[in-house]
Parts: sequence; structure tokens; C-alpha cells
Amino acid sequence: MEIAAVNDDQVEILLSDLLEQYGYDFTGYSKASLKRRINRLYSLDKSLSFAEFRYKVNNDPIYFKRFVEQITVNVTEMFRDPEFFKTLREEVLPQLGTYPFIRIWLAGCSTGEEAYSISIVLKELNLLHKSLIYATDLNPTVLEKAAQGMFALGQMKQYSENYITAGGKRDFSSYYTANYSLAKFDEELKSKIIFSTHNLVSDHSFNEFQLILCRNVLIYFDRDLQNKVLELFNDSLEDLGYLALGTKETIEFSDIHKHYKRLPGNKIWRKQR
Amino acid sequence: MKKCKAFIIGGSAGSLEVLLKVLPAIDPELSFPIVIVIHRKHGVDSLLPGLLSSRTKMAVKEADEKELMVPGTIYIAPSDYHLLIEMDGTFSLDYSEKVNYSRPAIDVTFQTAAEAYKEDLVCLLLSGSNADGVNGLLSVKHWGGIAVIQDPETAQVAYMPEQAQKNVHIDRVLRIEEMATFINLLS
Repeated sequence: MEIAAVNDDQVEILLSDLLEQYGYDFTGYSKASLKRRINRLYSLDKSLSFAEFRYKVNNDPIYFKRFVEQITVNVTEMFRDPEFFKTLREEVLPQLGTYPFIRIWLAGCSTGEEAYSISIVLKELNLLHKSLIYATDLNPTVLEKAAQGMFALGQMKQYSENYITAGGKRDFSSYYTANYSLAKFDEELKSKIIFSTHNLVSDHSFNEFQLILCRNVLIYFDRDLQNKVLELFNDSLEDLGYLALGTKETIEFSDIHKHYKRLPGNKIWRKQR
Repeated sequence: MKKCKAFIIGGSAGSLEVLLKVLPAIDPELSFPIVIVIHRKHGVDSLLPGLLSSRTKMAVKEADEKELMVPGTIYIAPSDYHLLIEMDGTFSLDYSEKVNYSRPAIDVTFQTAAEAYKEDLVCLLLSGSNADGVNGLLSVKHWGGIAVIQDPETAQVAYMPEQAQKNVHIDRVLRIEEMATFINLLS
């Protein structure tokens, strides 16, 4: 992509189409990133004109699915930011382990790599049997992939390194079986994960959790939407529960932050009683 | 160009040395912000702001998402995120696919800044071993901004500025010792 083929006005047209036709509200997303994603898809699919592109989004349900999948960012990895997972393993989860039951919400789980990573840590801490991970995303296509529990075998070397840096002591390859170019993760890891659609923009709180993780999702939202989503998390988190965000995200600007105390050196906040 | 409102520097292999030489001579009272996007290994980023701030009186910081750029400050693209410039002069971060095997990619910052600042933008591409930044400079030219490169003869790795020279109508080719004066005169 060199020069943007889809301009700002046309981006606005597409966003209002999505809202009217499908009830998907992207109007609170950061514009530069969204515009770049739309233009990327436009040239990837060799679209001939904006009119044709818009027509497909509006009238072809399969293309609409592809559109939503492509304009949202679904890049993720297992044990991404190993230091974060180390803190989860050594501080947060052992604390929650004193509870009879642990409910975790992973918001914006994409293709599921992080859900399986959490599951592995819970298993090693002997907490998996009494935990439940609600892994949600707005995008049904990525959730189907997540539920398969199969990831590219070529990634395993990197993931294994992440796992070890994150405090993992076992042989990472014991968690999957290689099947051609894919690594299929053990069914047991999936047994405590519920994959479900949930749109942070439009859907409400659906449970109370002791841990909410939402990493590298808020960066795509404008300040108003970030505020709104943080309120939603606050409403969905028990007292003394934990909220975990991405490396470059924060709650400091939001009204909810006065109820929270940050774990030093981490993007993890604990809700005060 | 009416008035420089943002100066963006992109670089890869061999560019850090250039920055360390140029920064001390830049006027700390600059009337616009400087944004630096350089390729580096993930995880060693925290050293860079400290290293650069030891060479200048300007404030040096990693760019935060939604942060508004202010004059006289040097912003560094955080490692492992693309850095985008919004139309209102705030930053956005993006963890999407690598571009030119890089995240942050120089192209992404140049391209989004090109639209946001149009003719009030100056972008400088330094030494490096891939072609990241070339498409970005094309955008800069398309929107009326100024495209500047390090003289490939003075670059530790000439490939990146050379590719820019081949593909983009470059406004200025600067030797390392000319850079600070060039930047100060834009103020």
C-alpha cells in the first residue's frame, strides 16, 4: 500500500454501513489504524473501485465476515510478553488459587493462543480443575479457529522460548502433538475454556470475574470507547480482582483508576475493596 | 512547505550512530516535535530513550498511545508496535503484522504522518539494510511533504537510502554533519 485508495470520507461511509446493516459499531476505533487495515484489504483483494468494495461488504455475507476479520488485528502469540505471564504464574494466580473457584475473562482472545497459555499455567499450578476461562472475541471466525486448538508448528520454537522465560519448567512439546505442519494442543487444556462471541463496544457485562485480561485491544479504541470498556470491566470484576492490560495500555486516564492499585512494574491493577 | 509541524526520522542498521552524532547539535527549542522510528530487537527497547536523552537537552520519551505530540520533544516508537499518527496529531499504536519484516515499520509511521501533516511534514530516512521507509517516502511526496535521505555514501549500510533515491523524488540528500543545521533551519 502506497497511497490510500479508500479515503477518510469513504471509511466513514463503510463504518455507517456496518452499523446499519450488521449492527457492528466501529465508530469508536482509532481512525489511522482502521483506515490502514481497510486499505490493506482493499489492495489485498485487488478491488476495482470503492463502489464495488462497498457493494461486496454490504451484500455478500461471506465477504462481510472476511472484512471484519481483516480490519480487526488478530496477531497474537503464546506467552507473549513472558514477563507478564511470569507475574501471572508467581503472583496473581497463586493469590486467586486460595478461592474455591476462579473465573477468568479473556476479552479479545482472537485465535486463542493466550487462552491456551493461561490454561497451561493453571494446569501447572494445579488450579485448572477449579477454573473457568471465558475467552471472547467479536469475530466468530477467529473463535472457530481458537476452538480447534491447532497452531502452526513452525511457531513452537518461539513459543517454547517464551514459555521458559515466563517461568515454565516442563518440556513445552509435551502439551501438543505434531500433525503435519500443525501443533494440536491437548484437549484437557481446552476443557476449561469457553469460547464465545462478545463485542466490547455493544455487549454488556455477563458475569463477575476475579481476573480480566484484555491485552492490546484498547490501543485500537479512542479515549471515549476505552473509558466505556474500562467501566464494563470494572462492573465485571469482583473486589480484589485483577485487571491485566497490554504493555502500552493504562487505566490511569480513566475514572475507574481510583479504585485500583497497580502491581509495581506490571500492567496489572488490583481492584480495591 | 509552509511550516514544519513534525519531523520524522526512520532508520535501521547503522542509524543509531547517526542519531548520537546529530542530536547534540539540534536546537532544544525546536518549534516542532521529532519522532524516531528505528528497527531494533524486541525487548531491548527501554535503553534507547535513556541513551538518546544523554545526547540532548530535549525531552526524550517513548510514544504513548493517544498522546498528543508537542514541539521540542523527541518521541521514540516503542519496540514491537507500529506507530501511527492520527489526523489530530496524536499517536496510535498497532500490533498488526510486520511490514518489511519490521515492527515498528518506518513505512507505517511515514504514511500515516504524510496524510496527517501533508505539506508541513519532513521525513528523513537513514542508514539501513532493507527497503522499509521507501513506500512511506512516496506517500510523503504524494501529500506534499519533504523527503530527505542520508547520503548513501556516508551510511554504514547504504541500501535503505539508496532504494529511496532510486524510487522516490528526494528533496535533499544530507551528509551526517549537515543534518542538525538542516533541522534547526526548519524551526
